[in-house]
Amino acid sequence: MTSTRVVPLAGASRPVRSLGWWGIWMVVLTEGAFFAFLLFSYFYTGSLARGAWPPHGNPELTLTSVNTAILLASSGVLWWGDRSLHKGHTRRLMIALAVTIVLGVVFLGVQGVEYSRKAFGPDADAYGSLFFTITGFHGAHVAVGIIMLATTLVRAWRGHFAPTRRVGVTVTAIYWHFVDVVWLVVFTSLYVSPHLGVL
Amino acid sequence: MRWRGWMLAATAPWAAGCTTTMSTLDAHGSAGRPVADLAWLLIAMAGAVVVASTVAMLVALFRARRTDEAPERIPVDRTRWVVVWGVVIPAIILAGTFLWGTHTLAALSASRTANALTVEVIGHRWWWEIRYPGTGVVTANEIHIPTGRHVRLLVRSADVIHSVWVPQLGGKIDVVPGTVNRRWVEADQPGVYRGTCAEYCGAQHAHMGLLVVAEAPATFAAWVRQESRPAPAPRDSAAVHGERVFLASPCVTCHTIRGTPARGAVGPDLTHLASRRTLAAGAIPNTKGALGAWVVNAQGIKPGSLMPAVPLTGAELQAMLAYLEQLR
Amino acid sequence: MTTETVRLQDVGQLERTWETPRTIRGWLSTVDHKRIGVRYLVTAFVFLLLGGIEAGAIRAQLARPELHLLSAQLYNELFTMHGVTMLFLYAAPVLSGFSNYFWPLLIGARDMAFPRLNAFSYWVFVLAGIFLYTSFLVGQAPNGGWFAYTPLTEAAYTPGLNLDYYTLGLLFLGISTTVGAINFIVTLITLRAPGLSINRLPIFMWGTLTTSVSVLFAMPALSAACVMLFLDRRAGMHFFDPAAGGSTLLWQHLFWIFGHPWVYVVVLPAMGLVSTIIPVFSRRPLVAYPLVALSTVATGILGFGVWAHHMFAAGLPDISMSFFSAASMVIAIPSGVAFAAWIATIWTGRPTMRVPFLFMLGFLVLFVVGGVSGVMVGVIPFDWQVTDSYFVVAHLHYVLLGINLFPVVGACYYWLPKITGRMLSERLGRWAFWLMFIGMNVTFFPMHILGLLGMPRRIYTYPLGAGWGTLNLTESAGTVVLVTGIVVFLVSVGVSLRRGAPAGANPWGASTLEWSLPSPPPAYNFAVIPTVRSRHPLWEDRVGDSGTHAPSELERGAVLDEGRETVGTTMLDAEPVAVLRMPGDSLWPLLTALAIALLFCGLLVPSVPISVAGATAIIACVIAWLWPERAELRAGAENSR
Ligand code: HEA
Ligand code: HEA
Ligand code: HEC
Ligand code: CUA
Ligand SMILES: [Cu+2]
Repeated sequence: MTSTRVVPLAGASRPVRSLGWWGIWMVVLTEGAFFAFLLFSYFYTGSLARGAWPPHGNPELTLTSVNTAILLASSGVLWWGDRSLHKGHTRRLMIALAVTIVLGVVFLGVQGVEYSRKAFGPDADAYGSLFFTITGFHGAHVAVGIIMLATTLVRAWRGHFAPTRRVGVTVTAIYWHFVDVVWLVVFTSLYVSPHLGVL
Repeated sequence: MRWRGWMLAATAPWAAGCTTTMSTLDAHGSAGRPVADLAWLLIAMAGAVVVASTVAMLVALFRARRTDEAPERIPVDRTRWVVVWGVVIPAIILAGTFLWGTHTLAALSASRTANALTVEVIGHRWWWEIRYPGTGVVTANEIHIPTGRHVRLLVRSADVIHSVWVPQLGGKIDVVPGTVNRRWVEADQPGVYRGTCAEYCGAQHAHMGLLVVAEAPATFAAWVRQESRPAPAPRDSAAVHGERVFLASPCVTCHTIRGTPARGAVGPDLTHLASRRTLAAGAIPNTKGALGAWVVNAQGIKPGSLMPAVPLTGAELQAMLAYLEQLR
Repeated sequence: MTTETVRLQDVGQLERTWETPRTIRGWLSTVDHKRIGVRYLVTAFVFLLLGGIEAGAIRAQLARPELHLLSAQLYNELFTMHGVTMLFLYAAPVLSGFSNYFWPLLIGARDMAFPRLNAFSYWVFVLAGIFLYTSFLVGQAPNGGWFAYTPLTEAAYTPGLNLDYYTLGLLFLGISTTVGAINFIVTLITLRAPGLSINRLPIFMWGTLTTSVSVLFAMPALSAACVMLFLDRRAGMHFFDPAAGGSTLLWQHLFWIFGHPWVYVVVLPAMGLVSTIIPVFSRRPLVAYPLVALSTVATGILGFGVWAHHMFAAGLPDISMSFFSAASMVIAIPSGVAFAAWIATIWTGRPTMRVPFLFMLGFLVLFVVGGVSGVMVGVIPFDWQVTDSYFVVAHLHYVLLGINLFPVVGACYYWLPKITGRMLSERLGRWAFWLMFIGMNVTFFPMHILGLLGMPRRIYTYPLGAGWGTLNLTESAGTVVLVTGIVVFLVSVGVSLRRGAPAGANPWGASTLEWSLPSPPPAYNFAVIPTVRSRHPLWEDRVGDSGTHAPSELERGAVLDEGRETVGTTMLDAEPVAVLRMPGDSLWPLLTALAIALLFCGLLVPSVPISVAGATAIIACVIAWLWPERAELRAGAENSR
C-alpha cells in the first residue's frame, strides 16, 4: 500500500470520497491562499504607486488571451477524459491526458514567448518583480501539473485505472483545474484589470 | 492629578539613580500626558481583571473542595453563568477601554498642529540627522524645541526602519523608508528629555539615542540663530592647524562643516559639534577625551558603526581636536 | 475483510501487521503515529533547550548595564534565533507531537489518514531545524529579529547568508507544518470511530483542528513573503524597495497576516489541553462545551483580522488602525468565554490537586496576565508608547510560556504515563511547578515595568544611567529559578522512565478513549474499533449526557485484522461507510525529505547543479512514493471517487 485506500462498505448509504480527494482539496486551498497573497501584494503595491500603474504601460492582451483559451481547452479535454474513465473508456482517458499535456506544454511555450517580448525584466522594478514572480509561480504549477499528468498517463497505459479505481486521475484532474482557475484570476488581475482602470 | 504623583512615587525606586528618566509615566507636555493617564487607567483595568480572575479561581477551588465525596451524577450546567462572566462583563470592560483609547487618539490627532514648528528627523544607521526647514540649521542627535509650542516631527529614513521615541513626550513613530511619517510633541517645561531608536535597525540599534532639549522660546530662538551660522573661523594657532589637518583628511568625504570645503553627507554635520551634549548618538559624552577616542577608534566604541577608524598621528589628532572643540 | 462486531480473543494477527521491526531500517521507515508523535515531542524539547540556552545568554548579557559578554552581532543572532526557535521549532511542533500521538487514539482509529505523510512531515521538521542551526556553524545565523523587517534584511544592509538561512529555513519548515495540518484535518474528517459525531469530539481536537485550518491560510502569507525576500536578495528584485516602486510595509503586512494567526496556532491546541485536563481533575465534564468549542473556532477566525495591531507605530491612517484596535478588543471575548468555562468547571467540580492540575491553575493566572497586557497594547495610543519596548516582551512571554509551556508541561505529567506506561513523581512535579511558576513571574513580570520605564527591546546593552539595572538583574535571577524548574521537570521524566510506578490503563480516571487502552498502547491502538455514543465514553456511568443513548461499545467492534485497516466514517455523524487500507512502513518519506533538503542547500550556497539535483530527486522520490505496489493493483476495487 502506498497511500490509504478507501474500500466502501457494502450497503454504505452515501458515495465515499477517497482520502486523496480530501487531501488534494486541502492542497488546493493552501495553494490558492498562496496566490491570493501574491495578488494581494500586486494590488497593494499598485495602490501605492506614485506614477502610472503598470509602469510600463498596459500589458498586451492578444497573445495571452489565446493562451488563456488554450489552458481552458486543456481543462475541458481533461474533464472529458475523466468522464470517459467513468464509463470505462481508458483509451479515451489516455488520449485526453496526452492532449492535455500537449496543451500545457504549448501554454508554457507561449508564456516563454510572452516573456521574451517584455521590454523589462524581473529586476527592473517592483512591477517587474511582481509580474514575473506571479506568472512564474503559475508556470511552475503548470509544470508540476504536467509531471502529474505524465505520470498519470503512464499509469493509465499500464492499466492502473478502471471506473472503480481512479483516485490518481481525480487528484490530477482537480489539481489541473485548480491551476487553470488560478490562471483565470492571474490573467484577470495582471492583464485585464489595468485595461479596466482598476488601480 | 494627585494620584498620579503618588503612583509615580511608587515607581520611583526603580528609576532612582538615573540622571534622566525615560519613564512613560512621568510625562511632560500635552502629547505625553493623555497617554500617561490612559496608561494608568489600563494598568488599573488590568490589575482589576487579574485580581478578580485569580480570586474567582481561588474561590472556585476552595468552595469545591469543601466536600470530597465524588459526584456521582453531574447535572449542573452553567452556560448562563459562562455567558454573563465570559461575554457580557468582559464586553462592557473592553468597550469602555476602547472608547477611552479612541478618545485619547483623537486628542493626539494631527489637527492640533496649526501653529506648530516643523522639525525634520532623518534616521540613519545609527544616528539622527535633525533639520529645521527654512533656517539652514542641520544638527545631529539633539532636537531643540521651544517650550509650550507644538512641534511637528516629519520623520523619514536614509536607510532602514528606525523609530523615534522620547517616552516622556509621547509615543513613538516609525521611520519608514519611502514615506514621511508625522507625529507632534510638546514640552511644557524646559528640560532635557531622553529618547532612543525603538525599531531594531541592526548592529548598533542599542546606541541610537536622541535628546530633546526644551528651552524657553527666547533661548530657543538664540540657539537657532547660532546654529544657522556657518562654523566660526578658528582663532588660535592650534585650531587653525587643526582645520588644515581636518580638511586634508578623509573626514571631509563624510562630514560637512558649513563655511569650509568639507561637504560630506554620510555622517553627521559637524558645524556646531561642540555645542552638543553627547557624541555618536548618545554613546559617549561630548568631552575632549571622548572625542579623541571616537575619532581614532570609533569601532571600539560603537562596533559596526559606519564611521571607520582614521589613522592619525598624535600631533594631528591633538590639532584636530583643538579645531573640533571650538566648533560652537 | 470483516466488519462484524466481535469481541476479539487473539490479537496476534494485529500485532504482526502493525509492529515495526526493531531494525535501523524499521526505525527510519516507521509510519506509526505514536512513534512519530514521540519524536516530535523529543525534538521539540531539544529545541526548547537550545532556545533556552540562547535565552540564558541573553539574560546573562543583560544582567548588568554595559556588559560585554556578547558582541552586538552575536547578541542579535541570539535573540533572533531564540525567537525563531521557540516559535517555529518548539511551540508549534511540541503541540503537533501531542496531536500526532493522541489524535488517532482520541478518535478510535489505528493511524492517521496519511501515515507516510506524517512521517514525512516529521523528517522535514527535523531537517529544517538542522538547516537553520547550521547557520551558527558558518557564523552567519539569522540576525534580523524573528519578524525580519525589510529593508534591514535586504542584501544591501545584511549581505551575508544570515537572512537566506531565515527565508529558506522557514520555507522548508513550512512544508512540514502544512502537510501536518492537512493530515490532521483529513484524519478528523474521515477516521473517527463510528458514532463519534462532531458534537462529541474531545475538546482538545477543536484546538488542533482550528490551528490546522489556520495554518492552511496563514502559512502561505509567510511563504510568499519569504519567497519575495529571497528573490529580492538573490535575484535583484524589488518587492520591498521603495526606490524602485516597492513597499517596505508590504513585508510587515504579509508577515503579520501570517504572524498573528500563528500565535494562536501555538496556543489553541494548548488551550485544548487545558480544557481536557481541568475537567479530569475537577471530576466533572467541561462546562459549556459548545461555547468553548465555538470560542476556539472564533479565535481562529478573528485571528486573521487583527494583524495590523503589530504596526500601530508604522504610520497607518487612524481610521484603519482603530478597526484593528477594536478587533483586538473583540478577540479577548472568546478567551473570556473559555476562562469563565474553566472557572465554572472547577467551581462545580471536586478538584483533586495533582501535578497536571497544578500546572493548569498556574496557566489560568498567567493567561489572564498575558491576555490583559495584550488588550492593553491593543489600545493605540498606549501601544505607541510601549510597542518595541520590554512591555511587549513581557506580554509575549506571559502568553507564550503561560499558554504554551505551562499547559505542555502539565500535559506531559498527564499524558506521559499513557505514552511510557509509568507515572511521574508527584513530589518532583510540585517542585518543578513552583520553581517554574515563581521563576516565570520573577523573570517576566518586571519587564512590564521596564517597558514603561522606556527600555526598548532588542538592545544588546543599556547605559548605567538609565535606571534599568536592578530590574534586569532581578529578571536574570528569575531565569535561574525558571531554568531550575525546567531541569527538575526533565529529571523527573528521566526518573519516571527508569523507575516510575506502573501507570495502568487509566490512572487519572479520565473520560476519553485513549484511557481505555493499556499504557503504552499497542502498535495497532485498538483491538476492535470502538463505537462511541457520548462525549465521555469512559464516564458514562457518572455523566448524564448518555442517558438517551445506548452506551458506547469499547469491547466489541470491527476487528479488521487482514492488513492495516481502520474504519472510515462520514464527516458529521460518523456513520461507518468504508474500510480504510493504510500503507505500511516506507523509506520514501525520509528520502523525499532529504531530497528537499538537498534542494534548499543548493539554493543556499547557491549552486545550480545541487539545486537541479535536489529538484529532480524530489520528483523521483514523490513518484516512487506514490507508485502503487503490485499487490495493491491486484486488490481490486479501490473506491468510487
Ligand atoms: C501565545 C501567543 C499570543 C496570544 C494568545 C496573544 C494574545 C493577544 N495579543 Fe499578543 N502577541 C504575541 C503573542 C500572543 N498574543 C506575540 C509573540 C507578540 C509580539 C510579537 C513581536 O513583536 O515579537 C504579541 C504582540 C501583540 C501586540 C502588538 C504589540 C506591539 O508590538 O506593539 C498586540 C496589540 O494589540 C497584541 C494583542 C493581543 C491580544 C488583544 C490578545 C488576546 O487574544 C488576549 C485575550 C485574553 C485575555 C484578555 C485574557 C482572558 C480573558 C478574560 C479573563 C476576560 C476578561 C478580560 C478583559 C475584560 C480584558 N499582542
Ligand atoms: C515559546 C516561546 C518563547 C519561550 C519559551 C521563551 C523563553 C524565554 N525567553 Fe524569550 N522570546 C520569544 C519567545 C520565547 N521565549 C520571542 C518570540 C522573542 C522575540 C524575539 C525577537 O525579538 O525577535 C523573545 C525574546 C526574548 C528576550 C528579548 C530579547 C531582546 O529583545 O533583546 C528575552 C530577554 O530576556 C527573552 C528571554 C527569555 C527567557 C529568559 C526565557 C526562558 O523562559 C527560557 C527558559 C527555558 C530554558 C532555559 C530551557 C531549559 C534549558 C536548559 C535546562 C538548558 C540549560 C540552560 C542554560 C544553560 C541557560 N526572550
Ligand atoms: C566613511 C565615513 C566617515 C569618515 C571618513 C569619517 N566619519 Fe565621522 N562619522 C561618520 C558616521 C556614519 C558617523 C555617525 C556614527 C554613529 O553615530 O553611529 C560619524 C560620527 C562622527 C562624529 C560624532 C558626531 C556627533 O554628532 O555625534 C564625529 C565627531 C566624527 N564623526 C568625526 C570624524 C572625524 C574627525 C573624521 C576624520 C578623522 C571622521 N569623522 C571621518 C562617518 C565618517
Ligand atoms: Cu535605529 Cu534602531
Ligand atoms: Cu497579534
